[in-house]
Amino acid sequence: MNVTIVDYYSGNVSSVLNSFKEAAKYKPNLNIKIKLSNKLEDIKNADKLVLPGQGSFKNCINSLKGIDGLEEILKEQVLVKKKFILGICVGMQMFADYGEEDGGSEGLGWISGTVKKIKIFPEHADVTKLPHIGWNQVTFFPNGIPIAEKFINRLDQNPHFYFVHSYIFHPKNTENYTRGETYYAGQKFMSAVIKENIIGTQFHPEKSGNDGLLMIQNFLTL
Amino acid sequence: MLKNRIIPCLDVKNGRVVKGINFLGLKDAGDPVEQAKIYSDGGADEICFLDITASNENRDTIYDVVKQTSEKCFVPLTVGGGVRSVEDISKLLNYGADKVSINTAAVENSKVVIDSSKKFGSQCIVVAIDAKKNGDKWEVFTHGGRNNSGIDALEYAKQMEENGAGELLVTSMDRDGTQVGYDIDLMSKISSKVNIPIIASGGVGNLDHLVDGIKLGNANAVLAASIFHYGKHSIKEAKEYLDSKGIPVRI
Repeated sequence: MNVTIVDYYSGNVSSVLNSFKEAAKYKPNLNIKIKLSNKLEDIKNADKLVLPGQGSFKNCINSLKGIDGLEEILKEQVLVKKKFILGICVGMQMFADYGEEDGGSEGLGWISGTVKKIKIFPEHADVTKLPHIGWNQVTFFPNGIPIAEKFINRLDQNPHFYFVHSYIFHPKNTENYTRGETYYAGQKFMSAVIKENIIGTQFHPEKSGNDGLLMIQNFLTL
Repeated sequence: MLKNRIIPCLDVKNGRVVKGINFLGLKDAGDPVEQAKIYSDGGADEICFLDITASNENRDTIYDVVKQTSEKCFVPLTVGGGVRSVEDISKLLNYGADKVSINTAAVENSKVVIDSSKKFGSQCIVVAIDAKKNGDKWEVFTHGGRNNSGIDALEYAKQMEENGAGELLVTSMDRDGTQVGYDIDLMSKISSKVNIPIIASGGVGNLDHLVDGIKLGNANAVLAASIFHYGKHSIKEAKEYLDSKGIPVRI
């Protein structure tokens, strides 16, 4: 199985690469080959894609769209060929229609919604700090959907994952897909999304210890 | 609910741990990679390396340590000590650090924090503040605590937030190494001054000090070195103790 981590110069992706290599060790029969690349050929030949993302929404989407042909080929592989893609942090945020960070920019528009800064409501909040940094719990609502069930297979009821972000994905509620929810500073937000082959996590499975590695293994076996 | 973090810190000199854990069965007590792995397997929420290598010719040893650690530990890794420039930060991140902590350079040249947080994102920029009490205020020290900048620590904390720091690592110079507990007054004052998370450091001697740092000092994370070394307390014990005191931790 070929897995391509899309390298669009979004900052440090060595953690993502290392964690996928580690997770792949547990699935020797899948013969997983992991590549960090932005070559259109490697994206075309991939069975699964990973879209990391660090820093600001605007910088990420601009770098991605700045690589000739990258957005188009990703769109073809994900929306037409229905290959599995895992978006991590800003990688997930870019699935949205629009991100408000740094004056705003258009996203990929694969999942309807807008990415906005976390609002702090001091009167309801247990914490009032931004960024939201540290380990928080995610509650998944797989509702018997096989892909969602497989993605969270062998994890505890409300597993902990490592977060670091100030912006969150506000989905349009007209769409029906599986979500994961997390509570922070007086509100719940969408911390994971599983919409058929498009999967996103606001948290960092690559930095979330054993549960994170388990989730990556689950992704590799989808 | 967000959990409070416990961060063990390892001092690394010329690529070797200076004060380390003295566990039975540890093949090489001076190997930072092996020690970091023990901490992360034991439930540490993050690992911190402080590079105290003095000579320039050995400065590159930390990069190899960071690379190997990031291939074996899958929790966030913060690296500090001797970080002078945006290039240093870039190099550490490329070798696998998730966050870089900046101390002296942040005082001497505000552009380092401004430029690096713009370039790599605030999430990976930690400003380390070494503060020492002088009368009724605290002053920021640089060069591993040797030089007094005379800058007010509270004003400086606010300034660093504005410059783009994602977190502050606050160390009390008065308490560091004393094992009598964090400077709670300093922690709570800085925590209420800024809207970014703060990590308390300096002075931990027992598990109650960790509780105080969070409950009274309003720190979002607690860093400690010596209580986790020599097997005095495990990360697991610390977490269970915090949990018993009603502090949310990841167990």
